Amino acid sequence: MEITLNWYLTLSALLFSMGVIGFLFRRNAIVMLMCVELMLNSVNLSLVALSQSMGDTAGQILVFFVMSVAAAEAAVGLALVIAIFRDKLTIDVTQINLFKY
Amino acid sequence: MDLSQAYSMMMTDLGATLFLLIVAVSGLVLVVFDAFKPRHVATPWIAGLALSAGFVIEMMSIGAPEGLAWYDMMRTGGSAAFVNSLVLGSGALSIILTVPYLKKIGHNIGEVYAMILFATVGMLVLGAANNLVTVFVGLETMSICLYILTGFVRSESGSTESALKYFLLGAFSTGFFLYGIALIYGATGSMEFGAIRIAAEQSAGVMFWGGVSLLLVGFLFKVSAAPFHMWTPDVYQGAPTTITGFMSTASKAAAFAALVVVLWKALPAERWADVLAVFAVITMVIGNVIALSQQNIKRMLAYSSIAHAGYVLVGLASGSQAGYSGALFYLMVYTIMNIGAFGVLALLEWDGKEGSEQTLESLAGVGYRKPFLGWTMAVFMFSLSGFPPLAGFLGKWAVFAPAIDADLVWLAIIGVLTSAVSAYYYLRVLVVFFMKPEGENSPMAEHSFDIPRSSAAVLIACVVLLVVFGVTTFALDVTSGFFAADTVTQFLG
Repeated sequence: MEITLNWYLTLSALLFSMGVIGFLFRRNAIVMLMCVELMLNSVNLSLVALSQSMGDTAGQILVFFVMSVAAAEAAVGLALVIAIFRDKLTIDVTQINLFKY
Repeated sequence: MDLSQAYSMMMTDLGATLFLLIVAVSGLVLVVFDAFKPRHVATPWIAGLALSAGFVIEMMSIGAPEGLAWYDMMRTGGSAAFVNSLVLGSGALSIILTVPYLKKIGHNIGEVYAMILFATVGMLVLGAANNLVTVFVGLETMSICLYILTGFVRSESGSTESALKYFLLGAFSTGFFLYGIALIYGATGSMEFGAIRIAAEQSAGVMFWGGVSLLLVGFLFKVSAAPFHMWTPDVYQGAPTTITGFMSTASKAAAFAALVVVLWKALPAERWADVLAVFAVITMVIGNVIALSQQNIKRMLAYSSIAHAGYVLVGLASGSQAGYSGALFYLMVYTIMNIGAFGVLALLEWDGKEGSEQTLESLAGVGYRKPFLGWTMAVFMFSLSGFPPLAGFLGKWAVFAPAIDADLVWLAIIGVLTSAVSAYYYLRVLVVFFMKPEGENSPMAEHSFDIPRSSAAVLIACVVLLVVFGVTTFALDVTSGFFAADTVTQFLG
């Protein structure tokens, strides 16, 4: 059986939804960061598949930018998580509630 | 294309984006310089001079015709130069205000200036983008630097907490933004604005509209429009005050400029008027109504900045050339007002927690104790609420009038009504400053609230600019030349 573009797009949409749902329902800051990474990488899958099927390289070039952005975001995010943990000894986002309303 | 031609094109493009190179290289130099000479007095000077040099270059090219550079990835001249000079000017003023502020809060970190420069680079790329790839790179460069700037006071829980919230929600919205780009790319086969428009006019399916919706969600998050505004109050309250001033103005101006260009060049406007009008109404109502009940003045200004995003969206909803250029004019006026307001707050801060815990009432009577700060604040508050003859009034006119021309009278009426509501909380600041007696535990007794000359000069400059732009229309005339219809066909051709 041939694997068509739609398979890739469906897989990518599923992974993206898993990332969104995980972000919305998990309360651990690092797990939320991982869910964001999952969202970004599922988009990368879409971009590569679309780029391949159209025979156009622009999508694959964007993937490189996305990878570097995701790396930078992970670095900043983990640094922030460490700063928060030193201060509060927790990274549960429901406990990080100094500001409200 | 042979190599020599590519080389000569590169030299032309380097000249056209010289301002960007100056800022980026100065940022890199500052990182190294600060590693060897920490807390050196020259650090903010280098940063300020780099931004000022870029500002002068871009001010001179505002009158130049719109053009493209770097293989159509970036726009130069015209509206791009206007937004760039707005961002660079905002950055330069913020750096002048930040120097005494960092000394005052005891976190004189040299990297802050490098991060401000890198954030500015992101905003410049974003404001001058002509391709969704450029938009993405600019947006993320800007956002990642702003996460760091928000949280650089690591010893303070408020600062790190707001940075983590900003980071998590910002990264989440990036995912949507990127998925939108991928779907638009899949539907149209291109990421270049003009090509997207041509492809979308021929066939626009579910994939295209889904992509556009996700892209809009990403944009509305970055400009803090309701209902994607949840991060704004927390981040603005917890971030160091002058940094709040910087990100509430420059980042919003750059993101809105990119949104304007996307709407103008890539998306057929008429379908978006209603969607944007709905978001504008929600944003104006939520921002202005919740601001009424805020006790913390930074948080109040955060809701006020949400409301102002709503006013700009009114201009975008009209979908006309006047609406787009009015939005750019409004962003300029808003930048001047907010830099000034946050500059005054930075000087009036006494709680040692970046102002995240002091209430408005604690500043009762400060207008008599510090008349200079009181009166400049009065100008900014009157301008924010839209009193003539200050520039805030002309700005509101510039965004509401095109909406009426576009048969969105109801939208303009809601805008005017909500800005009447906003007068209450802006003028309450002045009532507290000038008409309430100092309380018993007033901070006035133990804090002197020194006014450095550099900060005073920035505040005076903001006041003068507000009056000048309010009574003359030359800035409005400049912006109204942007987004002319013939330039669209020129890009499409």
